[in-house]
Amino acid sequence: MADQDKNSIAFVSTEVIPESPPPARETGVVKWMRENLFSSVSNGVLTVLALLLIYGALSSTLPWIMNGLWTTSSLAECREILAGKSGACFSVLTERWHQLIYGFKYPSEEYWRPNLTLLLMLVAIAPVLFFDLPRKLLIFTGLFPFIAFWLIWGGTILAPLVALVGFVAAGAFFQRFGRSSFAVGFFGAIVIALVVWSIGGSLIPDGASDNAMLPAVPSRDLGGFMLNMMLGLTCVSLSVPLGIALALGRQSNMPLIKGICVVFIEFVRGVPLITLLFVASVMLSYFFPPDATVDLFLRVVIMITLFSSAYIAEVVRGGLAALPKGQYEAADSLGLDYPQAMRLIILPQALKISIPGIVNVAVGLFKDTTLVSVISMFDLVGMIRGPVLASTEWNGVYWELFGFAALLFFVVCYGISQYSQWLERKLHKGH
Amino acid sequence: MKKSVFFGALTVAGLAAGAAAAGTLDDVKARGKLNCGVTTGLVGFAAPDANGEWMGFDVGICRAVAAAVLGDPKAVEFVPTTGKTRFTALASGEIDVLARNTTWTFSRDVDLKFTFVGVNYYDGQGFMVPKDLGVSSAKELDGATVCIQTGTTTELNLADFFRSNNISYEPVPIETNAEAQQQYLSGACDVYTTDASGLAATRATFEDPAGHVLLPEIISKEPLGPLVRHGDDNWGDVVRWSLNALVTAEELGVTSANIGEMAAGTNNPEVNRLLGTEGTLGEMLGLDAGWAKAAIMAGGNYGELFEGNIGESTPIGLARGLNAQWTNGGLIYSPPFR
Repeated sequence: MADQDKNSIAFVSTEVIPESPPPARETGVVKWMRENLFSSVSNGVLTVLALLLIYGALSSTLPWIMNGLWTTSSLAECREILAGKSGACFSVLTERWHQLIYGFKYPSEEYWRPNLTLLLMLVAIAPVLFFDLPRKLLIFTGLFPFIAFWLIWGGTILAPLVALVGFVAAGAFFQRFGRSSFAVGFFGAIVIALVVWSIGGSLIPDGASDNAMLPAVPSRDLGGFMLNMMLGLTCVSLSVPLGIALALGRQSNMPLIKGICVVFIEFVRGVPLITLLFVASVMLSYFFPPDATVDLFLRVVIMITLFSSAYIAEVVRGGLAALPKGQYEAADSLGLDYPQAMRLIILPQALKISIPGIVNVAVGLFKDTTLVSVISMFDLVGMIRGPVLASTEWNGVYWELFGFAALLFFVVCYGISQYSQWLERKLHKGH
Repeated sequence: MKKSVFFGALTVAGLAAGAAAAGTLDDVKARGKLNCGVTTGLVGFAAPDANGEWMGFDVGICRAVAAAVLGDPKAVEFVPTTGKTRFTALASGEIDVLARNTTWTFSRDVDLKFTFVGVNYYDGQGFMVPKDLGVSSAKELDGATVCIQTGTTTELNLADFFRSNNISYEPVPIETNAEAQQQYLSGACDVYTTDASGLAATRATFEDPAGHVLLPEIISKEPLGPLVRHGDDNWGDVVRWSLNALVTAEELGVTSANIGEMAAGTNNPEVNRLLGTEGTLGEMLGLDAGWAKAAIMAGGNYGELFEGNIGESTPIGLARGLNAQWTNGGLIYSPPFR
């Protein structure tokens, strides 16, 4: 049988065929490209087109960036050195970077003050952003606005101190009486704060800022990206609580409160931000007597805060509406009163839903701060459009300057959106 | 109260501008600073340099007035204004004088209740074309495409000019000067038209300025000058005669270089009156006798200001043209100091 078998089979390999490498088209780069880039005719065409596009973009921008000059003193000199070659004139950034960051009037020997403020800001917002950090850090967060005000504007330390004392007194009063009656605690705290501020304000001597440890810097001297950061941070941190209050007010059963909130939100949302800014910068100076003008920075902060708080209110209202009615009823059946129910049950869930929307408003708000350039405040864009492009040395440099501005804004806005995604993942409780 | 702390701390001397009614001169003296409205940046006319010092032709007027009133050309608080905020800033008293390449027109003078104290630059709408086009006069522009800023008087002037010359054109509407530069350079339009000083400044930023020419036709009148509020004639006089002092100084050959020896006394009585060694002109204005000398020393006479900021030796390279002294065929003319 065995012999027969051997004869009937023409050939039997006596050894194992050696392993050969997989076909070239099924391995490595080629396989990856076949699967991902050229899996079908239409995809192949798109890939080729995209490559051509990328090549076209890079072949014109890369030499431009690589040939960039960093040390010339004017656009004319740049062109002389480049002699017709493609190349960027980044020298405008090296020569004017301090103006683009701090504005052109902030005293250069005081630049450490905004720098320090930025560092402290990172420390101050850390416990707000990351819940794992020790809660004691929140004390510093509470102190930060007063420190930042003193550092940036300088002048007498008494002004932020009095403001702080007013807030502390109001907070203490609320702690004491707010438990028994919210209204008494709330309105009493406001009265206490006003009393402290008016007494404290009258105690500050007139010339207190003249020989202060930190020389006073008027608001008009602030500018550049620093101004964008200050406006963005102040307005976002003020408008989130205000927006939540407005959203709750709009859901209120009390007709007066509900009416005020609805009218406010709808009015503000119906008006362009730029109109509000013009009102802040132009119209208000007609209403106030000439020697009692409110600081322009403060006016702009108020207007932007009102504007974005209306949008945040609507976002939060969406979050509130998304909660099942059972959650409200559950809170009621536990015997919680309104503030407790909101604080413990409703808002934590509603705000979690609202995070993407709030971040969206915050990013938009941060970019909207460049609109102040139209009311002759020299934020980053205002600095570029006004002083830098109007100097005889740099008139005609557009791409480098606006590219730099875009880069700064991108870094901050991308950071914000990355944080919000992290936060959403962290708060995700679905199973 | 809350307001007094916050506002008191935030409000600065510059914002708490002087009273809107009479007595601007006294306010400025009491404040020790002149609040001068300028542009947020216009090449050659007003822009801060790398150190944050304001420079430019309009800025020179501010410094001259500050020097005349306060004796110190640095005692100026420059308030940057946009085209939209400039008039409210002046009307509300935030600034004492507006020196911001503002065209003197009937309605601004009468209806908006301002007083134009004079003209420091005679501008007018002009045309720029590439040299290759081979055009030497705007009347040869039949059928040309023209880049024009929408919603400005230049648009209306252009339509008038082409209609009265019975030639046709095709407008390419653009929004800003920067956009116009790009459109014009990329060849989207044959001609770019705006104020002649703006054209010159724009051309100065081109890679090849010599490849573009400004046509000789000027089709509108744009007299630019400093202005003050109605109703304070004394202050208006101070600004007007500070400007006139600069003009007269050029006419009489008084420069920032020779003013020292001139002030010691000369044979020319008008120079002596101007510089305060004769007569009591300063006293009549409510200033000290050396007011005009201080104004001239701030940045030089009118001609020096022109040459230093926008003249032919600068990248902007404007010729004197209409802005030459009347003795040289221009329109710059000051009433006598007598």
